[in-house]
Amino acid sequence: MLKIEQVSKYFGGVKAIHRVNIEARQALITGLIGPNGAGKTTLFNCITGIIPPTEGSIVFKGRPIETLPAHRINRMGIARTFQNIRIFREMTVLENVMTGAHARLQCGLGAAVFHSPKMRREQAEVTAHAIDLLEQVNLTPVRNQYAQNLPYGDQRRLEIARALASCPELLLLDEPAAGMNPTETSLLMNLIRSIRDRGITILLIEHDMKLVMSICDSIVVLDHGETIAEGTPGEIRRDQRVIEAYLGIRHDEVMHA
Amino acid sequence: MFFQQLVNGLTIGGVYALIALGYTMVYGIIELINFAHGEIYMIGAYAGIIAIAAAQTLIAGGIPPIAAVALALLAAMLVCAAYGFTMEKLAYRPLRHAPRLSPLISALGVSIFLQNFIMIAQGTRDKVFPHLFENTVAFDLGSVRVSLIQIAIIVGCFMMMALLHLVIQHTKIGTAMRATAQDKTAAALCGIHVDHVISVTFMIGSLLAGAAGVMIAMYYGLVNYSIGYLAGIKAFTAAVLGGIGNIPGAMIGGMILGLLESFGAGYISPEYKDVIAFSILILVLLIKPSGLLGENLAEKA
Repeated sequence: MLKIEQVSKYFGGVKAIHRVNIEARQALITGLIGPNGAGKTTLFNCITGIIPPTEGSIVFKGRPIETLPAHRINRMGIARTFQNIRIFREMTVLENVMTGAHARLQCGLGAAVFHSPKMRREQAEVTAHAIDLLEQVNLTPVRNQYAQNLPYGDQRRLEIARALASCPELLLLDEPAAGMNPTETSLLMNLIRSIRDRGITILLIEHDMKLVMSICDSIVVLDHGETIAEGTPGEIRRDQRVIEAYLGIRHDEVMHA
Repeated sequence: MFFQQLVNGLTIGGVYALIALGYTMVYGIIELINFAHGEIYMIGAYAGIIAIAAAQTLIAGGIPPIAAVALALLAAMLVCAAYGFTMEKLAYRPLRHAPRLSPLISALGVSIFLQNFIMIAQGTRDKVFPHLFENTVAFDLGSVRVSLIQIAIIVGCFMMMALLHLVIQHTKIGTAMRATAQDKTAAALCGIHVDHVISVTFMIGSLLAGAAGVMIAMYYGLVNYSIGYLAGIKAFTAAVLGGIGNIPGAMIGGMILGLLESFGAGYISPEYKDVIAFSILILVLLIKPSGLLGENLAEKA
């Protein structure tokens, strides 16, 4: 599905990521872990076209995408969420999700003024899909509230719903559990699994080791911009280099999660 | 007296609102005060006059007044949209990632360029907007005289604002504009072509200004290459009053400014019209820089 080969991103002399290789396989959850500053979010930014990689190739569904602008990459079937939530705060919850479906909307001015049947049908389809997505993330009751008024955990799930609205084949989740309580996190785990079970490939950055170890099909560990390990959760847990990279509390978490 | 000034105020206020919308939409989306926006309004007035003159020479026997107005509006809106599009592409897009002061200086440059360009192309003398209607008075109640043109302007402004509201709230491009204004990166990752949205924003703002130009030319009858300056600053005042970046704010700000100016002219003295407008600008900037409906600017920056 997604193949990242020898991708590097340098900011001046800083090697944010250096010759990273990652493969996200169809309908599997690939975890991306590593200490803060390991280059995980930078990699997401390269994949989604926010910043071009300095070198290397990113191939999605057999096509190179490393030089495409962000909106084209989204239209090809890649959606993402952000570490620091970036919902449209001044839109309602439902509007946020509808905006995620932007590329599928056609509605022009004529249709809006005259309420043409085509527009109504199309609008109805997109709205139905959006409402369905809100149902899946348990946000139906608040769908007409402004997004900025939602509690933190709800905003995170809204961002996931918005990403799903574009009908992506690959979903990038950047620390979706950050700031969530244990109950919310376990609901989130079920949500991520159900997204995968629908055939959507997932690339997941997360610091919550329990979550990563229990839902990922494979894991890639980055440290200082380089891949230091790769394998199943079981293999990663026993990897000496990973344990060293995660000294202290993280160490215990990796060992016992 | 009161009703007369009310009608006059609504007329001029509607026009201020149309121009203010262009300032506020552009600011909302790329945080630039487009100081050349007033010139677009002036170009709209010229485009209207030229279109009518062309139609009257080309079509034997002339054209009916209503058709002339429609033609002038159409021509002004198309020409202005083209100017707005080109202006953004040439003068602002290359500076998208430059420090904030650079596009502002570029905007001042565009303003001076357009003024001089029109001055050279059209001359320094006032141009007369053809008398299409024999100064038709719609109703005359002794103390209150309302002309057909005033009614047309008020109705036209409200219709355009309603249409704009519909576009922004209910169409694909409108949703894309709102998303882009709030977060360009997130918008792009929703499949929105941000550069395209910015172009469209400039075009919509410019065609509204073009329509305003024709309306004012029709109202006062005279057009000059320098009219964009004062109208631009007035509309900017209206946008700031309503809260720059806020679309309903620009509409309300324009109306309030027009009414205050007109009541000031009626009850105090016509010479104080501009004094009132700029006192409002200074007061808003001192007391509530975020405007009536605006968000806290410090938060956004």
